[in-house]
Amino acid sequence: MSQPTAPEMATAPFLPQGTVYGTLLNALDEWETLSPQMSAPPYKAAPKAPVLYIKTANTWSPCGSPITVPTSTTEVEVGASIAMVIGTPAHQSTVHEALSHVAGYVLVNDLSLPHANFFRPPVKYKNLDGFLGIGPRCATPAEVGDPNRLRLEVRIDGFLRQTVDYARLVRPAAQLLADVSEFMTLHPGDVLLLGCGAQRPLARAGQRIDISAPGQPTLGTSSNTLVAEAA
Amino acid sequence: MKHARVQYDGAAHDATEQAGQLQLDDGRLVGFDTVQWLPPLQPTPRPRTILALGLNYADHAKELAFKAPEEPLVFIKGEGSLIGHRAQTVRPPGVDYMHYECELAVVIGRAAKKVKRDDAYDFVAGYTVANDYAIRDYLENWYRPNLRVKNRDTCTPLGPWRVDTADVPNPMNLALSTTVNGKVTQAGHTRDMIFDVPYLIEYFSSFMTLNPGDLILTGTPDGIVDCRPGDVVVTEIENIGALVNTIRTP
Repeated sequence: MSQPTAPEMATAPFLPQGTVYGTLLNALDEWETLSPQMSAPPYKAAPKAPVLYIKTANTWSPCGSPITVPTSTTEVEVGASIAMVIGTPAHQSTVHEALSHVAGYVLVNDLSLPHANFFRPPVKYKNLDGFLGIGPRCATPAEVGDPNRLRLEVRIDGFLRQTVDYARLVRPAAQLLADVSEFMTLHPGDVLLLGCGAQRPLARAGQRIDISAPGQPTLGTSSNTLVAEAA
Repeated sequence: MKHARVQYDGAAHDATEQAGQLQLDDGRLVGFDTVQWLPPLQPTPRPRTILALGLNYADHAKELAFKAPEEPLVFIKGEGSLIGHRAQTVRPPGVDYMHYECELAVVIGRAAKKVKRDDAYDFVAGYTVANDYAIRDYLENWYRPNLRVKNRDTCTPLGPWRVDTADVPNPMNLALSTTVNGKVTQAGHTRDMIFDVPYLIEYFSSFMTLNPGDLILTGTPDGIVDCRPGDVVVTEIENIGALVNTIRTP
């Protein structure tokens, strides 16, 4: 694990203890963008259950660490999301009590190789080494308040490139957690992303990506710099 | 050597097979019936990566009316879906088709990044048996097979043994079979894999590092049938072990 470089950072950046689950199509703008294709092959219908994927431990990059862009691509897609960190087992939770299982919230940068087809699991696009920027900090539910009121700003080299509005979700935080827990237990330490939104910006080696939540300084700023893979 | 991980007398232990008994890591010899069998894996410092193949046997791909894939069809499972030998798997109420999948599971032994196929076996610690249950009622065409089908609690039995590579000279030459209540329903052979173990290690490690304790579930051959509560399902691989599982209601 790399050490924090910022002198003001008193503790090591947050890293998960459990499995990290990402969520496709949970942002309304993302749903609306894909909606015209949903009834056509290969999908044939809109998804009913939450559409999930896993960001394996080899993808984890602590805040501040460089992330390597492989030589096979020139650009990567930025996936800014707020993520729920589970504190107590959530098994077939009701919507009403779902958020009582959340120990905190953390910013993540779910990087992907750009891809437009969502029929097969996205392992070769999303599970490259380093492809999940995490942290810096797991903020408590008391600090964050209602997660559906959060808004994220994504900056690349300091320029605002995307905002993600968590008031506009297909499944708000409690609904998402309850619906996932219907078929799989979320264990303490597991992490569930709320969703990355449409119009995800692209970035390339040499660029710096900063994700922050205005009005929520306790989450900090999730920062990673992309570097080119050594030939 | 055959390794197990078991719960005995209030604690988890590593164990090895000794003449029809289990020798615990503290030296005690105990019977197979006296322990609770856990997945035969040692704990890892970070959540292990569990890669699982779909349609990796030509006959099974045909059975499901798919043409054989041109590159591995892979999905990922969370550790929370794993259970041990002789455990019970839940069939949800109201579903029509829940089936087992007998699979050779590869346990990674050391960090593998950009490994070539000729070196691939150097990165394998051993093998075990996985039963990768699926509930087809929940299939959707978004990141298919989706997690509601493949990442359910209790739906990935693993074990009983982790067998060292030294005791498995050729993992591509093993018979697989499944019985349901004693009747053979699935019979296949690892030589019929479309993408073999060295290919898979080269392929995955070309873009992601595989770490010690990570798993690759290599897919299942032809012969899947619906399983009902009370059914005893035994997935067996030659020289690796016979993994017993019972279906139950929630």
